Amino acid sequence: MDIPYTIKNRPDTGLYNAKLGVWLFLASEVMLFGGLFSAYILLRVGAPTGTWPHGWLDVRLGTVNTLLLALSAITTLLAWASCKVREFGKFKFFHACTILLALTFLGIKSYEYHDKLVHYEIQLNNGKIADGHLVEKSADFNLAKKTGSVTLHGHEVETHAELMDLRSEEAKKAVHAELIIPASEIKHMENYGPRHNTFTAIYFTLTGLHALHILGGTLVIFYFWGPGRKMWQTEPERFTNRIEVSGLFWHFVDLVWIFLFPVLYLT
Amino acid sequence: MSDSEQPVSLNSYIRLCAVVFAVVLCTTGLMIGTSFAHIGGDTWTLKVALILAIAVVNAFLVAGYLMHLLSEKKLVYTVLIFTVIFAIGLVGLTMAAMNDFPPGTATH
Amino acid sequence: METTVQQFPPFREGAADHSHASHDDHGHGEHAEPNFWQKYIFSTDHKVIGIQYGFMSLCFMLFGFFLMLLMRWQIAHPGVPVPVFGPILERILGQPAAGGSISPELYNSFGAMHGTIMVFLGVVPLAFAAFGNYVVPLMIGAPDMCFPRINMASFHAFFLGGVVMLVSFFIPGGAAQAGWTSYSPLATTIATNGQAFWLVGMVLLITSSLLGAVNFIATIIQLRAPGMTWMRLPWFVWAQFVTAFILLLAFPPLEAAGVLQLMDNLAGTSFFLPTGLAVGGQLADRSGGGSPLLWQHLFWFLGHPEVYVLILPAMGIVCEVIANNTRKPIWGYKSLVYSVLAVGFLSFIVWAHHMYLTGMGQKIATFFQATTMMISVPSVIILTCMFLSLWGGAIRINTPMLFALGFLPMFGIGGLTGLPLGLAACDLYLHDTYYIIAHFHYVVAPGTIFALFAGVYFWYPKMTGRKMNEFWGRVHFWCSFAFMNIVFMPMFVQGIKGMLRRMSDGGVNYSAARVPNAIDALPGSAMQMNGIILWAAVCLGIAQIPFIINLFWSISHGEKVGTNPWRATTLDWQTPTPPPHGNFTHEPHVAHGPYEYSAPGAAADFTPQDAPADKPTTAH
Repeated sequence: MDIPYTIKNRPDTGLYNAKLGVWLFLASEVMLFGGLFSAYILLRVGAPTGTWPHGWLDVRLGTVNTLLLALSAITTLLAWASCKVREFGKFKFFHACTILLALTFLGIKSYEYHDKLVHYEIQLNNGKIADGHLVEKSADFNLAKKTGSVTLHGHEVETHAELMDLRSEEAKKAVHAELIIPASEIKHMENYGPRHNTFTAIYFTLTGLHALHILGGTLVIFYFWGPGRKMWQTEPERFTNRIEVSGLFWHFVDLVWIFLFPVLYLT
Repeated sequence: MSDSEQPVSLNSYIRLCAVVFAVVLCTTGLMIGTSFAHIGGDTWTLKVALILAIAVVNAFLVAGYLMHLLSEKKLVYTVLIFTVIFAIGLVGLTMAAMNDFPPGTATH
Repeated sequence: METTVQQFPPFREGAADHSHASHDDHGHGEHAEPNFWQKYIFSTDHKVIGIQYGFMSLCFMLFGFFLMLLMRWQIAHPGVPVPVFGPILERILGQPAAGGSISPELYNSFGAMHGTIMVFLGVVPLAFAAFGNYVVPLMIGAPDMCFPRINMASFHAFFLGGVVMLVSFFIPGGAAQAGWTSYSPLATTIATNGQAFWLVGMVLLITSSLLGAVNFIATIIQLRAPGMTWMRLPWFVWAQFVTAFILLLAFPPLEAAGVLQLMDNLAGTSFFLPTGLAVGGQLADRSGGGSPLLWQHLFWFLGHPEVYVLILPAMGIVCEVIANNTRKPIWGYKSLVYSVLAVGFLSFIVWAHHMYLTGMGQKIATFFQATTMMISVPSVIILTCMFLSLWGGAIRINTPMLFALGFLPMFGIGGLTGLPLGLAACDLYLHDTYYIIAHFHYVVAPGTIFALFAGVYFWYPKMTGRKMNEFWGRVHFWCSFAFMNIVFMPMFVQGIKGMLRRMSDGGVNYSAARVPNAIDALPGSAMQMNGIILWAAVCLGIAQIPFIINLFWSISHGEKVGTNPWRATTLDWQTPTPPPHGNFTHEPHVAHGPYEYSAPGAAADFTPQDAPADKPTTAH
């Protein structure tokens, strides 16, 4: 028994099933990210003055990632267009580009995550704060037993507030050097992971969910590019529809990043 | 396939993509420029508004041309209009509720 | 668009061209003999999936009911070991059920899980997924759902979600204890991983609902048979359509909130934890800066539309049963359609009436009071249409009709007692009392669940080819009807007298016997009702035994019936029983409205929707 309108459009709606399905799914995705963005807005608006960080993320990497995704959106469209004009070789080429661009995006994203996870803020017993990237921990480093030491590439500040706005003139003047801090001087040591403050929390959650979408989209595209491509031989029109539908999802993921980039990196 | 009746050529798509990518490059540059420019004094409000406005242009390009939403069917518009209304309702009413206190409430 | 009949291309387009290639996509029907796994576990047939959902959700409802019986025992006899089941509980759960009695922590997890199971694993899967899956494609004349494999994935996600929820009872610390609403910071500060299990389970259940919702909407829009215009859809399909939209758009914010709370619980973030949070007298080791109210907003943005997810499919079932058994067209079909659309739309902007007690300002409270009063208008229109449909009908009384008739006043009570709760001034007093419990249980227990029973008795002959036993059906109805009311009616009184919900001792600490002169002490009469409710609940449980036996016994021993035993008009009764793969042996061409009963001049007292249009209509 065949289900109608899997390939052709239904006359009164002008859509085939999967296209309507993916738009409905994207509608629910709009609400999902709507809920997450409302969390972002509330956390940011609710933060007392001077406690919302600025300039914590590397704009250069963010820009590169933005352009990578924009390019991949374009190769996705061209892959679909190649299917439409029945040029399978070009489809293979364009979607190979999409997959490579997506993987590069994920690679850069993981580098950024790693950069945050090795970035420590250490409250010292003398009331000052040491902040910087971990260079090494000595072999006998143990915070509980107060043995050994930790080496940071960073700087010392008087108050926590000085670390919040890295775009400010004062922050730019800071001189970064290697600091060796004995465990006995450490009061509290915490990396810039999700629990550091509400900014890192929302940053990791939003970009993490987005990266999961990228991963899912890449898997789907890889399936159509690799094992799923045999449908091209039997039902090229249906295969083209699949490429269109997966492309719509991919573009939506790009659309989310278009908003994530400014709200996290630029403001 | 939605519009198989009209002839298509790969080159027309490549031209479209080139234009879209050029505009995306410009808008991204503009956003970054706005972010580092000295606008609106110490507060970020004006900057955020400007940057988000540029992001909306960017999003319009992707949705309108790459997702070919501009030539989409009425049914899709109907679904998306309701989605947008509810999304605005969610964010807007939540924000409004969070900023509306009974008289005499101490706020930070 | 509503009344014009479009010219359609042949219904099964290109079947010959690509039938060989479509095996991998919906490979049922063509294969020779599917084995047990293909047929019952990994089936992509909407009818099998509907029955899978139905069976699972009925089991979960029974389990949720059992949790409630244990809680009612604890409320009526705080600290006294549970008879019969106490030792079993102690053996399974260990310390929390020490001595066979229910500790406050265990009571809390039973409460949280009773709500979760009943709502997300019981009523929604039964009302929406089970009946929707089985009946909707048949009613609109479709061969299957739009995306059969996604349909299967939806059921499997639901099943996994259920397993995760059940497993959480057995982990150290037990299941979630923060109520089915899981308010933060309580949900994060209770030291058990049950909450994380709850959240993972919820994410799976939400995924299942989303996949189902996409499928339902696409099916109803795309797969309607030729001639099945929007205004010829049975109202049940309209109700399912609106329900699917609510699930599609209201669930994702809760999924977002679930992910954020999962981060709070597992990654140590502070999305919903305020600055300066103290746990057990100690400052919590958290960054703070979060907003507990945000959780409530995101939760109730789903939570209130969820009420309509629970009630609309039930109303749809009642509508079909009433039209069929009054043997006349449903009164005000168009008002019903527009009302259900209005309910669906308004349900998205009433959610904060659950939050009047959170220190909400008057402007916002006024807005939500206004929308709450507005949404009661279309709800009342729907109920009124159904009452008016009875007027002047030659009513056939059978078990489905009894349950449908029982639904009307029960839902009426549930709905009308909700009005005081929609107004902030009364709600501040009634909030978190047993009045609330009575109100929403009247909506979902004697309301929705009665309608679901009506649906089971009504469509059983379509699924099996046999009717359920009528006598035991009536016993089931009258006993359930009586005991439901004895269980829930006293709770209104208890609530008005000030008895709070979620107290593991049933209010003993606030009773007049304990604190005689306190002005807010609970009077002895309110406390005595706990005993009445307990035994009524036990009897209610016993009253379900005839149903369970009837359900299984009738599969092989029920009265054999033909394809259309109720003499119904809708397409689901115009197929063989049980329907084969692909549902229809002929291409249905719809030429009639859904409720053409006793049409003047017609041969029979019902005109099937796909009967040929004998008289050319004068509309052209």
